[in-house]
Amino acid sequence: MYLSPAQTLAALAPGECATILALHAGDALHHRLSALGLRAGKTVRLIRRARFGGPFHIRVGTTDLMLRIPDARRIQVRKA
Amino acid sequence: MKRVALVGMPNTGKSTLFNRLTGAQAKVGNWPGITVDLLSAKLLLGDQMVQLVDLPGIYDLRGFSEDEQVVTTFLSEQSVDAVLVVLNASQLERQMQLFAQLAQFGIPLVLVLNMADEAAALGITIERETLAGWLGVPVCLVSAKHGQGLEQLRGLIVHALRAPAQAAPSDEGVIEAALRSTVHVPAQASHRLTEKIDRVLLDPWLGLPLFFGVMLVLFEAVFWLGTPVQNALAEGFSALRAAALEPALAAAPPVVSGLLLDGVYNGLSTVASFVPLIILFFLAMAIVEDTGYLSRAAFLIDALMARFGLDGRSFVMILMGFGCNVPALMGTRVMRSRGLRLLTMLVIPFSLCSARLQVFLFFIAALFPPRIAPLVLFSLYVMSIGAAMLTSLLFKRRFENSDPFVLEIPPYRFPTLRQVVLRGWHEVGHFLRRATRFIVAGVVLVWLLTNFPAAAAPGSAETWAGHVGAWLSPVLSPLGIDPKLTIALIFGFVAKEIVIGSLAVIYAREGGALVSAIAHDVTWVQAYSFMLFTLIYTPCLSTIATIRSEAKNRAFSALAVAWPLALAWTVSFVFYQAASYF
Repeated sequence: MYLSPAQTLAALAPGECATILALHAGDALHHRLSALGLRAGKTVRLIRRARFGGPFHIRVGTTDLMLRIPDARRIQVRKA
Repeated sequence: MKRVALVGMPNTGKSTLFNRLTGAQAKVGNWPGITVDLLSAKLLLGDQMVQLVDLPGIYDLRGFSEDEQVVTTFLSEQSVDAVLVVLNASQLERQMQLFAQLAQFGIPLVLVLNMADEAAALGITIERETLAGWLGVPVCLVSAKHGQGLEQLRGLIVHALRAPAQAAPSDEGVIEAALRSTVHVPAQASHRLTEKIDRVLLDPWLGLPLFFGVMLVLFEAVFWLGTPVQNALAEGFSALRAAALEPALAAAPPVVSGLLLDGVYNGLSTVASFVPLIILFFLAMAIVEDTGYLSRAAFLIDALMARFGLDGRSFVMILMGFGCNVPALMGTRVMRSRGLRLLTMLVIPFSLCSARLQVFLFFIAALFPPRIAPLVLFSLYVMSIGAAMLTSLLFKRRFENSDPFVLEIPPYRFPTLRQVVLRGWHEVGHFLRRATRFIVAGVVLVWLLTNFPAAAAPGSAETWAGHVGAWLSPVLSPLGIDPKLTIALIFGFVAKEIVIGSLAVIYAREGGALVSAIAHDVTWVQAYSFMLFTLIYTPCLSTIATIRSEAKNRAFSALAVAWPLALAWTVSFVFYQAASYF
């Protein structure tokens, strides 16, 4: 399905929280995201973004993660 | 003998726990059907010897990464009597997924909740015995870093081996219910100090300059501390040679003493000269990695590196390669994606290391006026970075990064001295075991080439190396590299440190006389072409030995030798022809 970037993690501003609705990723990425705590129903907070289109720093539960923009666009969220 | 395997997610301190349980006596071993080396050690638990095997850190058992397959193959094909599942006590909510997957193997499990000290600091409480009751497996809280809870863990392992528990639940619902009623996480569980430090170190403006500052300090520290030790070691080796070995071999025929002293002994001292650098490098790496700064570095520089198919960790290794390629290549082991790791290993040897710098300083001083000397050196650094960028762009499709780039940013931690020292110790052992034979054999071979037939003067055109040089002349003369310089390149294949020394042998002159002989013999265009070739082709035998032992793949090792050679030839050819034309 087509996801507009506005519905995804990529649209969050630093400090904003959102609830994960779904992961639109292939098996390998899906499993990795889930192992790192990114699962439907969880709350995620965007901490900061690196400069020059670099990765996102996010927090899910007690885990801090970085992920690149294309991967962030695969995570469908609803802003809290 | 009973066998116990350690399995856990990356960043849970699994290796620290392994080191704590086994001391420093672990051995690297091969297992049938498994492509990577596994550390294992025998230890006395209760009244029996137990073999403890450290399996690679994995996130998941459903995926297809190399590490995941290693764990699956090992658990299903080797007889394993118990598995220690090592999880981060403050991240159970997500990490118990791995426990559920491991339960499906039907092997008795022991749940080890590591970093219990951090969990307590976050205000997380875990009802250990109730959790053990829910799961039907022994549970223990440990801090491997501080050595807490290990006695209890040993007792639980003995017990689990004597009276294996019934099958653990693999149903996620049961596990979630167990966690809900036994693990209590406060609403605001965050590492406050880490947040404060990150606000500075990951600041949008300050982050990158601070990162380059940190790298510069580390780099200087490693090589300013390492070089004097390296030199002292080299002096020690030659003093030993002059005081003991040469007199002892005085009666032996020259061929025998030459082979033993200039071949085998020089090979061994080459190997030894890397030891202080490797120890210091991994000391620095252990600090950068264990404090959690390496993943911050990856965060800061990723926007640039992603374009080249690399990541921020590659950048740190390439930068370290400017000191010495060998430990930088070994450092790529932190990358779990094979494609990314191989691409980084292909790129590192283009970093202008301190050994090559010596050659360049000599040639620049001999052939260029002092006014433009710094510019010449600077241009070589530019070429070094250019060759690295070109190579990663050309090969990034072939070595695609198969691993998703989603990395944990751990809280800042203070590494213990024990961790840091053990790391350096292990890495040196690894290098010595893997590279010694290869390097000594290579040095002996070059000695034979440059000293035989026996009638020829060493390093002269009449030796086998001279014949090889003459035979290569149609290939190298279009680059302006004459037969004498060709022999120096053959020596340089062993180590760049010996290039100047070999020129002294080839020209049969030393010091100022050597400089003026070369300045008389070689034009600046030839010299620059020679430097370009020296910069880009194989850095040294030790680098090849390291690539060979780290990649464990002949085709890749061949590529890592052939591609730089081809590139070196092309660059020197284009430069020499163009410069001669104008």
